[in-house]
Amino acid sequence: MQIKMKKVKIVTRRRGETTETWIDVPDTGEEGWGDVAGMKYVGQRHQRIDAVEKVTGRAKYTYDMKLPGMLYGKILRSAYPRARVVRIDASKAAALPGVKAIILPDDEGAADLLRRECRYAGQEVAAVAATTLEIAEDAMNLIEVQYTELPFVVHADKALESGAAQVQDDRPNGSEPRVNEQGDINVGFAESEVTVEAGYKTEVHTHVSLETHGSIAHWENGKLTVWASTQAISATQGGLSQFFGIPNSDVRVIKDHMGGGFGSKLGPRPEYAVAALLARKAGVPVKLMLTRKEEHITTGNRPDSFQNVKIGAKKNGKLVAYRRENFGTGGIAGRASIPGQPYLYEVPNFRVEQTDVYTHGGPQTALRAPGHPQAAFAMESVMDELAAALDMDPMAVRQMNDPDETRRNMVTLGAERFGWDKRRATPGPATGIQRGMGMGAGVWGGGGGRTKAEGVIHPDGSVEIRCGTQDVGVGTKTVIAQIAAEEFGLTLDDIIVKIGDTNYPPSGGSGGSTTCASVSPAVKNTVQMARLKLFDTFASSTFGVSPHDLEAKDGKVYVKSDPSKSMTWQQAAAQLGDEPLVVQGQWVPGLSSSGVPAVQFIEVEVNTATGVVKVVRVVAVNTSGLIMNPLLWESQVNGGVLMGIGYGLYEERIMDPRAGYMVNPNLEAYRVMGAMEIPEIEVVAYNQPERGVIGIGEPPFIPTAPAIANAVYNACGARVRAIPITPDKVLAALAERREG
Amino acid sequence: MSEDQHLHSDPQETPSTETTDLSLSRRGFLKGMGTGAVTAAVAPAIFVNQAEAKQQSITELPGVTDTRIQLRINGQTHTVDIEARATLASVLRDQLEITGAKVVCDRGECGACTVMVDGRTAYSCTMLALDAQDKEISTIEGLADGDKLHPVQEAFIEKDALMCGFCTPGFVLSTKALLDKNNNPTLEEVKRGVSGNICRCGTYPRVFEAALAAAQKMRNGG
Ligand code: FES
Ligand code: FES
Repeated sequence: MQIKMKKVKIVTRRRGETTETWIDVPDTGEEGWGDVAGMKYVGQRHQRIDAVEKVTGRAKYTYDMKLPGMLYGKILRSAYPRARVVRIDASKAAALPGVKAIILPDDEGAADLLRRECRYAGQEVAAVAATTLEIAEDAMNLIEVQYTELPFVVHADKALESGAAQVQDDRPNGSEPRVNEQGDINVGFAESEVTVEAGYKTEVHTHVSLETHGSIAHWENGKLTVWASTQAISATQGGLSQFFGIPNSDVRVIKDHMGGGFGSKLGPRPEYAVAALLARKAGVPVKLMLTRKEEHITTGNRPDSFQNVKIGAKKNGKLVAYRRENFGTGGIAGRASIPGQPYLYEVPNFRVEQTDVYTHGGPQTALRAPGHPQAAFAMESVMDELAAALDMDPMAVRQMNDPDETRRNMVTLGAERFGWDKRRATPGPATGIQRGMGMGAGVWGGGGGRTKAEGVIHPDGSVEIRCGTQDVGVGTKTVIAQIAAEEFGLTLDDIIVKIGDTNYPPSGGSGGSTTCASVSPAVKNTVQMARLKLFDTFASSTFGVSPHDLEAKDGKVYVKSDPSKSMTWQQAAAQLGDEPLVVQGQWVPGLSSSGVPAVQFIEVEVNTATGVVKVVRVVAVNTSGLIMNPLLWESQVNGGVLMGIGYGLYEERIMDPRAGYMVNPNLEAYRVMGAMEIPEIEVVAYNQPERGVIGIGEPPFIPTAPAIANAVYNACGARVRAIPITPDKVLAALAERREG
Repeated sequence: MSEDQHLHSDPQETPSTETTDLSLSRRGFLKGMGTGAVTAAVAPAIFVNQAEAKQQSITELPGVTDTRIQLRINGQTHTVDIEARATLASVLRDQLEITGAKVVCDRGECGACTVMVDGRTAYSCTMLALDAQDKEISTIEGLADGDKLHPVQEAFIEKDALMCGFCTPGFVLSTKALLDKNNNPTLEEVKRGVSGNICRCGTYPRVFEAALAAAQKMRNGG
């Protein structure tokens, strides 16, 4: 073996603890990704390798699968926000032909899954499995449940009032405030020459993945196989093995195509366990997919936020003091925190005080950049208000206080592309149809790690890459094929990519813009080793050189210094004899990084008579370090911007305070953007290939809502401090302007 | 306190009973089309259509009796035994395993279940399979000619007008239907043509590009 190895240190930080490990990586003599400008695949625009399956309807999602003898499961859920089940009778349901299994809260294994004490409208009470979905629905409706209704509260501000119904038995609705401070805000505000104080509000919104949560569970000899629409096969495997008290190795989780997740599918889910329990009881596979209503109500959401903000600056715009008190609710899950610093800007004196509030609502889960859009909305709005009070250009105020050079450069770049110099210096009149411009910014971490991969070169020359990651729809599979094709000198069609199965080497969940930065280095490391090991079988015997002196390109293997000495890839692979070459590699440092700003400029049109706001044009500036595939990257930026417009203008979970449930759990009253609302979007990449790979899922979503609010103000002087910016709020703000 | 005023003073004494009987939710929904959106938004029970509760046994009710029908799908005739209340979407997907059309909202709001019926787009979630008899049904699976993709499919791939792909069959068919009628649409007409479809990943800008590119291809003879 002539492959030189070198040791590299991996530093991991998890929950404040830093661990160092040393691993061997092949010393390829190359550092980083190299110059991608001359590459065929890495960093280049390529169509998705699974696009044909998707446009022909052949792509099979969990929702599309059917196993022989499979039953359909349904979950009966509490219709009341807080209730105690006093009696439950499933005899009529059991008598219905076609019903094969019923589980009730007191049944073995059902504890923690089905409840007698319900704390939100939608909590799981019972479950059935039947031969058709229709029969399962009928059976569910035949289960008789008698509830005792109990007092409840579904809004965060109401939950903090004295006498409000208590959500968790062992603690008050409002947590002890978490305080984060620096300097002295009293001194800071005393020094400030201009101060602005305002309250901002953001609403709960939901993920609306088009494929709902769900799974198919199949038991065989005490071992469980689950096909799940999940962003995290490994975490799902771990959760189910724990729930059923069986080893990890007895649970296999498979996910091929999936119809979106946006953070809501990052862990083991109760409905997966329900399906598995039903399947165990019935002795046949059970498929359980949630309905759209269930999806809205039970599978997570972004907490709302109430933020009181005060900011103080010198006359020249330099920030001196910042105070924020905020609370919000993640329903029964509490946790509604947002970044605990003055977001984005440097302020010498600040104090941030945050309270999490429990309410009788569905639990929050991660949703695209948890916490950040809320923080950005208040900070970027108050900066705009401050600039108006200072009579300065809001861009100038931002630039002066922003410590991040990259973001400042991105702002300059974006302003130029957008034409910020054409922005009105003062708001337009509160009459007619007015256009205005606004901007917003954000930041996200991301970063990679925790991923292993396996490369297989078969003696016939075919190549497989296996990795226990998952493609949530962003193109992970394609990126893997690109890296392997580049290193092996093959084409995308030559690479078989196998992911989404816990039988493959593990990777983390696909969330937080971490997948590309985790998987790409692991795949690169794996294919580099596989290539060297393959070359090692013949380098010296055939060419009299070291494996490091060979190169794979255009389907051939060459001696770098003398390209006339070569063989085809097939001939090279044939040197393996009968056995395929199997190599395991892992994430290595130096190929990815974390920490990215995001900047957006938005032009809106406001109808001052109706209050309707339309986004006309967006310039989104993002950086991802080395962009693995610009075609796919741009699609993700579009997606982030559009979800951001939805968050800023249209989407909110509406809870009825008297009935205690969500009144708009559909796709009509919960307003997801459609084609008519789509603006022109210009996606601008701020290239930093030297930083290696960084994800792009979250950043483009963060700046959008405040940029819209600021543009609305610029258009007609209506300062709307609550999103979504619905017509009623615009009209109220306009009335305020006319009066004030 | 307004929030709590309606509450029972002693909740222990006021048990209420959940629905005890069946609701043929599908049938109820189809019957209630038009007002469905409003009532669903305010109905007191969130998962159960209690208004439909009846003291009858399931098999006595119309709509659940099995019926044998024939469907013409992508040029082939299929004979299936269905419950009379079954939608076209459920028969296609659950019985025939033709799964390109997805049920996403199940109430005519998102277009993911789009199929073509006699050359026009239809939401298969709101159409009874019974009503699809004697009609030519085509689904996304029937659009390509063997391995030769339809120009709309090609354009979707080239422009990356798909991400997770769950909405894609619906968008492709809506686009195709539009271009069949108008092979030189404006951007505005394209937007209107796919306004019955929802995409959560945010592929719209590229769907528009793809539609315009496909139109050009089709004008140039595919
Ligand atoms: S599933 Fe039919 S329109 Fe949404
Ligand atoms: S591509 Fe995912 S919903 Fe449209």
